[in-house]
Amino acid sequence: MSYANPPTVPRKSATFDDYTLSEIRRAASTGIYDIRGAGAKRKLPHFDDLLFLGASISRYPLEGYRERCDTDVVLGARFAKKPLHLKIPITIAGMSFGSLSANAKEALGRGATAAGTSTTTGDGGMSVEERGQSKTLVYQYLPSRYGMNPEDLLKADAIEIVIGQGAKPGGGGMLLGQKITDRIAGMRTLPKGIDQRSASRHPDWTGPDDLEIKILELREITDWQKPIFIKVGGARPYYDVALAVKAGADVVVVDGMQGGTAATQEVFIENVGMPTLACIRPAVQALQDLGVHRKVQLIISGGIRNGADVAKALALGADAVSIGTAALVALGDNDPVHEQEYAALGTTAGAYDDWHEGKDPAGITTQEPSLTARLDPVLAGRRLANYLKVMTLEAQTVARACGKNHLHNLEPEDLCALTVEAAAMARVPLAGTDWIPGRF
Amino acid sequence: MRTVDLSTTELRNLNQALHELSEGTNETEWQITNPRGSHAVAVGVNAPIDVTIRGSVGYYCGGMNRLAKITVNGSAGPGVAENMMSGEIIVKGDASQYAGATGKGGLLVIEGNASSRCGISMKGIDIVVRGNIGHMSAFMAQAGNLVVCGDAGDALGDSIYEAKLFVRGSVKSLGADCIEKEMRPEHTEVLGNLLHRAGITNLTPKDFKRYGSARKLYNFSIDHADAYG
Amino acid sequence: MCGIVGLFIKDESLEPNLGEMLSGMLGTMCDRGPDSAGFAVYGSPENGVVKVTLQSADPAQFNSLQTKLSKILGRSVAVTSKDTHAILRVDHDIFDTTREVLRDQFPQFRVMAVGERIEIYKEVGYPTDVAGRFGLANMRGTHGIGHTRMATESAVTSIGAHPFSTGSDQCLVHNGSLSNHNNLRRELKHEGRTFETENDTEVAAAYLSAQMDKGLSLGASLEKSLGDLDGFYTFVVGTRDGFGVLRDPVACKPAVLAETDRYVAFGSEYRALVGLPDIESARVWEPEPATVYFWGR
Repeated sequence: MSYANPPTVPRKSATFDDYTLSEIRRAASTGIYDIRGAGAKRKLPHFDDLLFLGASISRYPLEGYRERCDTDVVLGARFAKKPLHLKIPITIAGMSFGSLSANAKEALGRGATAAGTSTTTGDGGMSVEERGQSKTLVYQYLPSRYGMNPEDLLKADAIEIVIGQGAKPGGGGMLLGQKITDRIAGMRTLPKGIDQRSASRHPDWTGPDDLEIKILELREITDWQKPIFIKVGGARPYYDVALAVKAGADVVVVDGMQGGTAATQEVFIENVGMPTLACIRPAVQALQDLGVHRKVQLIISGGIRNGADVAKALALGADAVSIGTAALVALGDNDPVHEQEYAALGTTAGAYDDWHEGKDPAGITTQEPSLTARLDPVLAGRRLANYLKVMTLEAQTVARACGKNHLHNLEPEDLCALTVEAAAMARVPLAGTDWIPGRF
Repeated sequence: MRTVDLSTTELRNLNQALHELSEGTNETEWQITNPRGSHAVAVGVNAPIDVTIRGSVGYYCGGMNRLAKITVNGSAGPGVAENMMSGEIIVKGDASQYAGATGKGGLLVIEGNASSRCGISMKGIDIVVRGNIGHMSAFMAQAGNLVVCGDAGDALGDSIYEAKLFVRGSVKSLGADCIEKEMRPEHTEVLGNLLHRAGITNLTPKDFKRYGSARKLYNFSIDHADAYG
Repeated sequence: MCGIVGLFIKDESLEPNLGEMLSGMLGTMCDRGPDSAGFAVYGSPENGVVKVTLQSADPAQFNSLQTKLSKILGRSVAVTSKDTHAILRVDHDIFDTTREVLRDQFPQFRVMAVGERIEIYKEVGYPTDVAGRFGLANMRGTHGIGHTRMATESAVTSIGAHPFSTGSDQCLVHNGSLSNHNNLRRELKHEGRTFETENDTEVAAAYLSAQMDKGLSLGASLEKSLGDLDGFYTFVVGTRDGFGVLRDPVACKPAVLAETDRYVAFGSEYRALVGLPDIESARVWEPEPATVYFWGR
């Protein structure tokens, strides 16, 4: 037996992993940053790191199916004459017609309406498909003001002033030329086929003092009927939520860094912003400090996937959640049924994120007619409605187990954390202890 | 003529009354007194009426206007005529930042000077300024015409798309992708028409130079990476 | 994020009306900054006397301050209290000693301003209430600056309100949000400056004071700040004899200046200026980005 010069196995660097190496080679080859869609892909502390403390002797659970556990939510009763009353606390986040096909927008409208909730326009105006199919439609007011007009403003059920989004707090949107078709270009008043870069700040106001005046203008134009939401990317949620309230918002939407985007720089998606889990408590704290928690509603988005996530977000103090990526998956995005085509694009089902290229085999993030025709808006809408129903049932299941007759009665004290990180971020005790890191 | 005194009437009541008008209304003449810099005066109007404002207004006067002709006998604060769709807004004095921002149609005339970011993200509106305009004007301007009888400040037309800019005086500097362009007959016609509509009789199109997009930033290219910042 | 007003009197006959004019202007800016408010008023110098503006959470303590201080200093000093603030008048030659005594023996009093002419009053509350508590409308002076605050990141407290004063007869108010103030604060601390708050505006004020201590004029200090301060700002600054305005190179935060033969006025919005005498015939304009404006006498 010989032990002379045994070779070590090849070892790759944890720092320079395969993805990093490929990105260096890509940058060296192209000379421009990587642009992609979707949200942060890195591992982040998330709702998975929290668990519910179901009832047993000290608390009493409710019977499933028999004893009621309500799920409705009112959004915008602070100042608006016509607040939204949704059946479920899960809304569809803003995604533009342009980034998504008309069929996809229609499907979102159908699904949300069937489930009793709202959809939201995006950076590109209101399409007839989504207004037609969405019983409750939130109209986004964005820095670009693409397609913004008073007719649509008056047709909307609520107005969402978008200041930022979780995938890119502080950045503007992008839509690349492949997707700027005649119709999209017409709605946005842009030349066909250009690579569109949206502004990162609103064109006619900067800061909360000016925002207050902008909100006044929008309320005056709409005769104080419509709720005004303010959406911010999760970065400094305590200050941003407090300032949104001071500026006069009815509802504040905080989008954590797992929130998706149609297209932006990869470096932005992966390195700017805070995990959704870390945004909620500071946001709630701001509302509580101003005495408006549950009066000004908080919507949390960014990586919500199932009823447990919904229940956890609500327990931490949110009034509702919003989904984007998950809704697209429910419609059929990244479905393995298209695996051969994903492979041809150099990717695989579940990893496809080049949404800006307009080649989506599922026909959702594209404007190419042969692809968009693949998505049946009725069927896809049904799938979304099913998914929303399942999420709601799941959230109710958890809430009943905690003895709640309404999802909004969930509390942070119904939770424990599996990791020190999650305990610190969610401000709930580490499981089996009464220790909240950094607090007590 | 119906007169609304903003020192005794709430802004809400004024705008509500204006919104209740529609095409064919008999109340076509309105006068607003004592605005004293109030914000959101006569916003969201959608009727072919004539509104005269006696005094200076604050932010967003005439915002999202449709059909109405609004005259400000004074100065206008930030964002006058923002997102205007149609109609006409005339400011007899100066206009602050963002005049005509994102406007889609109609005519905005500023008889004094306009401050910075005049015509920012304009999407089809026509703007005529008798005096000067400030820095970053026509930033990301998409469509429409901006006519400046005086001088333009720094970074005119930065990241401009298809809007057309006509400046009679000096331009302190041009923004990224904005260049001087040839004045062709169709431009002379458009400009002549706008000067006429704005009541400017002492100037002719040949006094102006035209600026617009070099269209070099329309598609991402490694050669222009510096301009993306 | 806030509202700013400022007034620099050129015509002496308007000096008795400074407070009245400034208070009217401040009142129009309430909704830009409902959290707290403050103002600096520059009066006439009082022959070798230094004025110290003190603030206390327990104003009753001002009652015995005059007796106690006079006894310790062996010289008579005057204390005039107004609500939570008091003006202490001491002779120039014992000012340094007075400051030490205040710091060592009366730490409960916060020094808001020091100088031959300046007085600063600032508190948490609705701006018109704050102005009323201190009787701004009855004050006279040569120039003054007022501020209404909507706090962004730092706490809503009386010392977090504007103006900030970090040098004799100097003050600064700010609308905007600085983006490199933490590093700058560390540098200034290293140079020996002390800070009372986490407020970005205090850093800007201390930066300007530091430049002026190094011999630069206010104008030169403001010019230099363009290279060293990052973020969004409209500043209005006061000195013993002058009044200055500076906007950052992006210049989004609103600013309007008006000038007549009798005064120069600043407002975050035109609304702040509409009540001023002969405003209809004033030259009204918006200050250019990265351009220093200064008026002195």
